[in-house]
Amino acid sequence: MVPARFKAGDRVRVLKAYPIGHLRTPYYIRGHVGEIERLCGAFPNPEELAQMRDGLPALPLYRVRFRQREVWPDYQGSPSDVVEVEIFQHWLDAA
Amino acid sequence: MKDQGKYRPLSYFQLMEVTLRELLVEKGLLTDEQVQREVAEMTARTPERGARVVSRAWMDPSFKKDLLQDGTKACEQLGLEIPALKLVVVENTPQVHNAIVCTLCSCYPRVLLGLPPDWYKSRNYRSRMVREPRAVLAEFGLMIDEKTQIRVHDSTADMRYLVLPMRPAGTDGWSEERLAALVTRDSMIGVAVPRAPRA
Repeated sequence: MVPARFKAGDRVRVLKAYPIGHLRTPYYIRGHVGEIERLCGAFPNPEELAQMRDGLPALPLYRVRFRQREVWPDYQGSPSDVVEVEIFQHWLDAA
Repeated sequence: MKDQGKYRPLSYFQLMEVTLRELLVEKGLLTDEQVQREVAEMTARTPERGARVVSRAWMDPSFKKDLLQDGTKACEQLGLEIPALKLVVVENTPQVHNAIVCTLCSCYPRVLLGLPPDWYKSRNYRSRMVREPRAVLAEFGLMIDEKTQIRVHDSTADMRYLVLPMRPAGTDGWSEERLAALVTRDSMIGVAVPRAPRA
């Protein structure tokens, strides 16, 4: 298992990368800054699993919380509204 | 369905499914009986399971605490096995309303809610729920106060989510079974809230 680099409350930025292949990081959240809500555990890398490899060592998976107003500049709704997304560690940088 | 009984050719994906299944059986990797058993198990899972979890949490504060801390473990207490995935239960309060979506595909807590409704898998719901949740909820007939925070959970990887709705007012003294009957599938996805029948 790859050691966890982040803890709840840390600010992180999602990589703005566009690799090809199967991956679990939605387009709309790439490049945005959020806060770690929790560490969910470690899971095999889905990008490797999709290539019929074992996906090991397992990677830390986080729930990251983003302010809707920061994700969508024209967001209609309360400024406190948030969206939470599961993101694997190799997609995150400290912000 | 009005077309029921009429002959229609198989769609591309139906044909793929039949072909793959028959090949697996022919090669001895699966038996027809195993396939039937899986299908039967899949259809036996209904939102009543989720409703049992919610009504127990409303009745038993220590169960609720366990459920919010580790959903998978807490469900084992009710004899509900949630294999190979982790259940995260998110609690609605007067300050926070939770709703669930999977923008990438259609991840859904099938163990507790059964098969997902078609709208959950639609491009419309999946793309708009993260973009304009208040408008989508309004289309379901659910108006959320501006002062209440909306938390949308995009189920993108290995977790599965269940909303723990608020217990409706006017249900004091109700039994767990009676409460469970109020808990709808949609209220556990977060596009509705349970309501007590009008007195």
